[in-house]
Amino acid sequence: MIKIDAQNVDFYYGDFHALKNISMQIEANTSVAFIGPSGCGKSTFLRLFNRMNDLIPDTRLEGKIFIDGRDIYSKGEKVDTLRKNVGMVFQKPNPFPKTIFENVAYGLRVNGVKDNEYIEETVIKSLKQVVLWDEVKDKLKDSAFALSGGQQQRLCIARALAISPSILLMDEPTSALDPISTGKIEDLIHELKKEYTIVIVTHNMQQAARVSDKTGYFYLGELVEYGETRKIFTNPEKESTQNYITGRFG
Amino acid sequence: MKVIEQEIAALKNTINEMWALVHQQIYNAGEAMLTGDKELAYKVLSRERRVNAFELKIDSDCEDIIALYAPVAIDLRFVLAMYKINTNLERLGDFAESIARFSVNLPEGEPIDPELVKIARVEEMLHELLSMISLTQEAFEKESSEIASRIFLKDNIIDEINHDSTPLIAQYIEAHPGSALAGLYMAGVIRKMERFGDHCTNIAEELIFYLDAKVMKHIGKTEEK
Repeated sequence: MIKIDAQNVDFYYGDFHALKNISMQIEANTSVAFIGPSGCGKSTFLRLFNRMNDLIPDTRLEGKIFIDGRDIYSKGEKVDTLRKNVGMVFQKPNPFPKTIFENVAYGLRVNGVKDNEYIEETVIKSLKQVVLWDEVKDKLKDSAFALSGGQQQRLCIARALAISPSILLMDEPTSALDPISTGKIEDLIHELKKEYTIVIVTHNMQQAARVSDKTGYFYLGELVEYGETRKIFTNPEKESTQNYITGRFG
Repeated sequence: MKVIEQEIAALKNTINEMWALVHQQIYNAGEAMLTGDKELAYKVLSRERRVNAFELKIDSDCEDIIALYAPVAIDLRFVLAMYKINTNLERLGDFAESIARFSVNLPEGEPIDPELVKIARVEEMLHELLSMISLTQEAFEKESSEIASRIFLKDNIIDEINHDSTPLIAQYIEAHPGSALAGLYMAGVIRKMERFGDHCTNIAEELIFYLDAKVMKHIGKTEEK
């Protein structure tokens, strides 16, 4: 089943043509990695999926993006409803200045959930999903800032999961983490894709190879190649892709 | 040049040196067998250690490149192919050694009976095999899968000589009962040469995998079925 369907997408920051005629289909319950040098447009493309770029002035989108068959940029589409469905995790863990429990409960509370029993169940379930529960179950009332960077990042993923999205966007989620924490997040991605569709931007080529089913290589705003990760990393179609992944780029 | 490119270039040089050594070993072993030159045969035996040393170095270099540089795409295929070509070259080196041992075991001062050489077509077979190994090296140096694919045809000639040799050698033994041992040795050498052809074919398959990402293994056997 096609979860995300981008059709002939062009995107502009003012006069700068950041994305050029990109079409891509992402299947449900798969993980897709976007790779490419800095400034190639991969994060810009990722942020279109939950309309994060709407916050940037003087930007313009052409083309269409469908999620579950709905045009997410059509008039009448509610951004907050979209973002409930499309969660996001950023490069640096960004827990709120609240307790561990309240960080995860936050999304539910702002969405008007009052049922404390449901909130507690959901918090526990989310913390278990990100394999953080055993580490924090005895200190749920401690500040989230007391956690390590890796734990904070998993907490942020739990926070995103608590409001039951079906898509999880990850923008370099492990670039600030040590190898052990990175390994935990990568294991988590494998687990989470059973229930969620995951799109990850990464500068770590081996990470893209390890965690994704499909990989898209971006360069100068164009999607140069998009295909099975196994194929991209053993025998890419395009020479430009090969030069990038083998480090011969530029 | 990036570090991984330097490492790959160094590995390429090492395997090229091994290739040349193995070719020389087989040439010398063949000469020693055909001329009864035991000194040359002993030289082959002593240089076999160098082939083994190359094998160990190349194994270690491949392991280092994989562990330290995590190669992908054409680099990964190159390292995997070299790892397997290394094994095949080492087996070819073993083959040269066994031919040299055959020469060493011949009675003193008696080269192999020219009639036996002729009916078993062993000289022709040796010539084909040496040209196969030259061709594999040329394909490697020129990075040409087209040259590599020519090796498959040559292997058919080897197989044909091998197939025909058994009854011919049997007839020779019947006619020369006193040379039965030499006839049996020769049959053994022919079998080894047939295996040698298979190793060259394996090398060609690995080259095509490296260059074109195509898996050629077992394709011929499947078609035969």
